[in-house]
Amino acid sequence: MTVPAPAGLEPSRRGAISAFFAPKRRTRLTLLLGPPMVWLVVVYLGAIAALLVSAFWSVDSFTENIVHQFSTANLHTVVTEPIYRTVAVRTIAVAVAVTAIDAVIAFPMAFYMSVVASPRMRRLLVVAVLTPLWASYLVKAYAWRTLFAPNGPLSWTTGGHTPGYGLTATVVTLAYMWLPYMVIPVYAGFERLPRSLFEASADLGGTPWRTVRSVVVPLVFPAIAAGSIFTFSLTLGDYIAVGIVGGKTQLIANVISDQVTLNQPLAAAVSLVPLTAIVLYLAAMRRTGALENV
Amino acid sequence: MKRTLHSLRTPAALLAAGVLLAACASSGGGGDVSKRKVPDVPMAKSIGPGEGSLNIIVWAGYAEKAWVRPFEQQTGCTVNVKVGNTSDQMVSLMKSGQYDGVSASGDATLRLIYGGDVAPVNTKLIPNYATISSFLKNGDWNSVNGQMYGIPHGWGANLLMWDPRTVKGSLDSWSAVFDKAGTYDGKVTAYDSPIYIADAALYLMKTQPNLGIKDPYSLTSKQLDAAVALLKAQNKHVGEYWADYTKEVQAFESGTSVVGTTWQVIANTINSGAKTKVKTVLPKEGATGWSDTWMISAQAKHPNCMYKWMNYIVSPKANAQVAEYFGEAPAQTKACDQTSDPKFCDTYHALDAQYAAQIHYWTTPQQQCVDGSGNNCTNYSDWVTKWQEVKG
Repeated sequence: MTVPAPAGLEPSRRGAISAFFAPKRRTRLTLLLGPPMVWLVVVYLGAIAALLVSAFWSVDSFTENIVHQFSTANLHTVVTEPIYRTVAVRTIAVAVAVTAIDAVIAFPMAFYMSVVASPRMRRLLVVAVLTPLWASYLVKAYAWRTLFAPNGPLSWTTGGHTPGYGLTATVVTLAYMWLPYMVIPVYAGFERLPRSLFEASADLGGTPWRTVRSVVVPLVFPAIAAGSIFTFSLTLGDYIAVGIVGGKTQLIANVISDQVTLNQPLAAAVSLVPLTAIVLYLAAMRRTGALENV
Repeated sequence: MKRTLHSLRTPAALLAAGVLLAACASSGGGGDVSKRKVPDVPMAKSIGPGEGSLNIIVWAGYAEKAWVRPFEQQTGCTVNVKVGNTSDQMVSLMKSGQYDGVSASGDATLRLIYGGDVAPVNTKLIPNYATISSFLKNGDWNSVNGQMYGIPHGWGANLLMWDPRTVKGSLDSWSAVFDKAGTYDGKVTAYDSPIYIADAALYLMKTQPNLGIKDPYSLTSKQLDAAVALLKAQNKHVGEYWADYTKEVQAFESGTSVVGTTWQVIANTINSGAKTKVKTVLPKEGATGWSDTWMISAQAKHPNCMYKWMNYIVSPKANAQVAEYFGEAPAQTKACDQTSDPKFCDTYHALDAQYAAQIHYWTTPQQQCVDGSGNNCTNYSDWVTKWQEVKG
């Protein structure tokens, strides 16, 4: 007796493929993880490794051609020249200020969006927070340049009491740029917060302020820490906004971008400063549980 | 996600291994500036048909539609223009090997020649070379041992620019941006490049003769420190530095800057707009300046188009157009018959070799003093470090 052939070849072929791979767990895993691992190791880590390696080279002082000779002179320069320390400290201070401002603005905003607002309002606010991300970075930076101009809107609304271009303008602009990256994680943090906790706190006699301080802040803190990873690291790497609204201010990324055309190995050595700062920051944030919130 | 940091350990170890490997694999290099040899780069023997396109790095205003279009129509070479903001950026872009040529100033030319980034130019293949001002030929910034490494394009001085709405009276001294910069506190601007140190050195050369500065590009470390001190004092009154010329245009139009160093093309751009009118002057202390040379990359992918361009851009008509647009003296003597303003060449002293000799052209500072006064001068990398120190 003959069994009629199954309609179409597909199922049997698929079966054959499954049958081929079923006993070969390793092959399966390799095919699955291979491409992303290659991307991660070769493209991403490879580029960083090349950068680190070049920090130990030097350039010919006249032709600027790279001399492939091992030396720690660049690292020595970065550590001993006071200018790099000044700029590094200034950059980290700016990053901390931007992060603090964003946290202070994002916390009540996310609280309102998540707890107080109606579902319709909530959707509107989420859209409002995310919309600026659609606009080009440069457009936003130049918009702030216009605002801070000596004869600009900020100047005539305040009667000339504007900080002008400089460190303050840089902090304000960067805080504006990175605000959505703080609001969204904090908003998500509030969404995970059981509402019954507010009632429990109130039932136990907690004032609203006490509830915020002892219940809300500790539970939302990892979300703030998660947001701060974005605001902190994005600020450390920024050199465009400071070039547009920073006046004569230079941050560590400006030093790197200035040096990269002249002395790429020294630029690589300087870039170890923000890299180290980020690694330390990530390590500190890991303790808060922020990395589960990203 | 908690494993994120743990999983970083393996890559970190790999990185460390990479660093060690690189350390082992590295080989010797470097050398003494005074005993340098020019790398052997072959020179073109003839020009073939155009390759259909051309990638060049130019100073702002050197490749505008008005004269690029006719070139494209004549030769079939489509011109792709990349504007360089500073000589440092131009050198760096040329090293990428992706460009056919560059309009290099004197502080870039030697770096490119000795770096092996540009090829010698066969001037026999450039008919318009014959009538170029003779004082621009075989200069120590564009040739080595009598071999030209480019075609002279034009020259001029860095000027002092001010906005008469804020700055009253007429300026005639660089003191406006140095000793008297406090008058315009927060609205002074300066060129954001280490080469700007020479402007301070030139001012000191004229105002503090006891420092013994003979040439603004040949500074001992003591003289460099004096120039840096002057620039640090200036920094207190600087609102913004400019490297990108559009930034200075915008800064003057918006009133952010009211006085500072400039190129004539920037003043022309501002004055052609409606926002404000600025004035420029060549101050009494003299000025730093540029003498630009078209150079062909050693790795040019479109060498024929580049040779055609080098001949075209110093042709009387095109050279006159560029010179008038940018506001500089044309290198081509016959360009003076082609300018729309018949007195243009007189205004810019285009044919006046003595006047030209008074400008302190950008050149790369070296340990072997460029004015030949000894070998105790500060080199460009010293200047770079100091310039970052000035900006703080």
